[in-house]
Amino acid sequence: MVFRQFGPAAAVTAALAFATPAHAVTEIQWWHAMTGGNNDIVNKLAEEFNASQSDYKVVPSYKGSYPDTMNAGIAAFRAGNAPHIMQVFEVGTATMMSATGAIKPVYQLMKDAGEPFDPKAYLPTITGYYSTSKGDMLSFPFNSSSTVMWINKDELKKAGVTEIPKTWPEVFEAAKKLKAAGHATCGFSNAWASWVHIEQFSAWHNVPIGTKANGLDGFDTELKFNSPLHVKHLQNLVDLQKDKTYDYGGRTSTNEARFGSGECAIFLTSSGYYATAKGTAKFDFTSAPMPYYPDVAGAPQNSIIGGASLWVMGGKKPEEYKGVAKFFTFLSDTNRQAKLHQESGYLPITKAAYEKSIKDGFYEKNPTLQTPLKELTNKEPTENSRGLRFGNMVQMRDLWSEEIEAALAGKKSAKEALDAAVSRGNAVLRTFEKTAK
Amino acid sequence: MEKSTVFNNRLLPYLLLLPQLVITVVFFYWPASQAIWQSFLREDAFGLVSEFVGLENYQALFAQPEYYRSMLTTVIFSTLVAALSLSIALLFATQADKNLKAAPAYKTLMIWPYAVAPAVAGVLWFFMFQPSLGMLARPLRGMGLDWNPLLNENHAMMLVVMASVWKQISYNFLFFLAGLQSIPKSVIEASAIDGARPVRRFWTIIFPLLSPTTFFLLVVNVVYVFFDTFGIIDAVTGGGPAGATTTMVYKVYADGRLGGDLGGSAAQSVVLMVIVIALTAIQFRYVERKVQY
Repeated sequence: MVFRQFGPAAAVTAALAFATPAHAVTEIQWWHAMTGGNNDIVNKLAEEFNASQSDYKVVPSYKGSYPDTMNAGIAAFRAGNAPHIMQVFEVGTATMMSATGAIKPVYQLMKDAGEPFDPKAYLPTITGYYSTSKGDMLSFPFNSSSTVMWINKDELKKAGVTEIPKTWPEVFEAAKKLKAAGHATCGFSNAWASWVHIEQFSAWHNVPIGTKANGLDGFDTELKFNSPLHVKHLQNLVDLQKDKTYDYGGRTSTNEARFGSGECAIFLTSSGYYATAKGTAKFDFTSAPMPYYPDVAGAPQNSIIGGASLWVMGGKKPEEYKGVAKFFTFLSDTNRQAKLHQESGYLPITKAAYEKSIKDGFYEKNPTLQTPLKELTNKEPTENSRGLRFGNMVQMRDLWSEEIEAALAGKKSAKEALDAAVSRGNAVLRTFEKTAK
Repeated sequence: MEKSTVFNNRLLPYLLLLPQLVITVVFFYWPASQAIWQSFLREDAFGLVSEFVGLENYQALFAQPEYYRSMLTTVIFSTLVAALSLSIALLFATQADKNLKAAPAYKTLMIWPYAVAPAVAGVLWFFMFQPSLGMLARPLRGMGLDWNPLLNENHAMMLVVMASVWKQISYNFLFFLAGLQSIPKSVIEASAIDGARPVRRFWTIIFPLLSPTTFFLLVVNVVYVFFDTFGIIDAVTGGGPAGATTTMVYKVYADGRLGGDLGGSAAQSVVLMVIVIALTAIQFRYVERKVQY
């Protein structure tokens, strides 16, 4: 295993460092937001890369949560000492993209450095999120995930649900049975409210979140997720919230523990929850694709990704860029990608790594990890399911969630809430459009 | 009567004032003027594009119904926090001021929470009252109360108020206790001899003599709830549900730091600054008259 070789690798680095004292090593700063096991992965990747050559040294540093890391990077840029590589979560993509001059597009970086780089080698559902409409890759995907439905198989069996529900009506039925069987406080729930019920929901049903291919084709996009289908879905949730057949799980991942504790037997959240589920759940669990409404033509379509990518900051020296490019080539290596995927649960970013994992028979033993990949590659992506790119997305997600909460608390009707989410979101988009010329 | 001192050297008074003036300019006037300037600009997060837009940020701000809502939330939140933290601290301080056996230990325990950072305090309360796992939320649910701060606005407000009050009681306690101890025992004893009962003694003697402390704490507490509580709100509710705990200062933080809307956020902080200056002025103009030094 690659990561286990850390000891000898470090020794090699040390030896090289002492052996060639006259050799100038170019340092590459990598700011990231990975904690726990994922933090170890980041450090080990850097160590391996540093041991594999002697010209460059990647120095990872943890900068806090995703928004914290992004803010730290932005502040550092304003102060004139940005890192070379910055990990930015997917909702920060539009902000980064619009910052021409502050960033160095990855396709250009690879070209300038003369590194072999074929954008077609990467999974299009992942790179689509981080590429221009022309297909130029702007940032380098690092940890990607998608929404899946986590299932507590033991509890479903106890409640008499024999088959894992596939559609929303089936989920509602299963939740009612679970509730009757003793899950009084939670039939089903989810984390990341707006990501699951607005963003992924729209892509999965092939309906637009906003115009201009969900903002991918231009910042003059307008939100569209107050369609009858969206209203119907939210109304269903509102009805079920009343007796806790559905119980709201918050805007972020803080309530994922309700699945691990056994309280919620059906729980929609990121596929990246795998590592935690494996560590905490004392029952037989699996993941299933997101549910859909069977009366929607073409559903299910394909899901979109979450997670983060690596952005290269502008204004650095050519030899530093060369090091960054070499590091990205190093990360793209098929064996390394396959191992990274199989050990961390992140999606593989190259087609070759995915195929290798299939060939290795990895998914026969770990079907859970294939669910998000099956969702992402379910169909050829459409305008509505390629991804999304809205400015000030962090703020926008918060106000979308606010409106979802208002509907679930009975303060507004589902239609009023979604109308308000759309109009407030549009106001944010217009502000962003003015600054992102 | 105010005392006046005559300096022989005309420069000396300014020289003596200098350190304080430098600190005020560097840490208050300079950032404040930056905020005012920024509130007239529209910038992207990276500061690549910057455009003077006049009062546009303010117009956009006052066109948002959410902004008025956050004002109302702030009024409710700050009244509750200031009133509760002052009265509870006063109660504790009067009790601690009695001749108790374990008074020092008791006093130390009371002061401890002040050393806890706001965000940590927030996380602590968040976990205790987390609907499905919290050690205090479970008994509440067990008693049949549908405790759910994720969706119920009142529950969420209660939670942030409790956390903010808990955090501030120690500070108020400390000052009240010091204030109580500086009241001459002879005055109290004299009234006791005259037959005044404890409650009457408190309201006619102790409370008026304590008024400078109370006034000082009122000013400090108002500033605390206006500016220092966003860490708690961020950790406990994130301003939710549906904006029910988004106070003005939390909105400054959310729009500026999370939303990257620096101009709008600066405009909000200018408005907030004006409000707090006005409030403090009112306090000094009207409330201070009732204070007996």
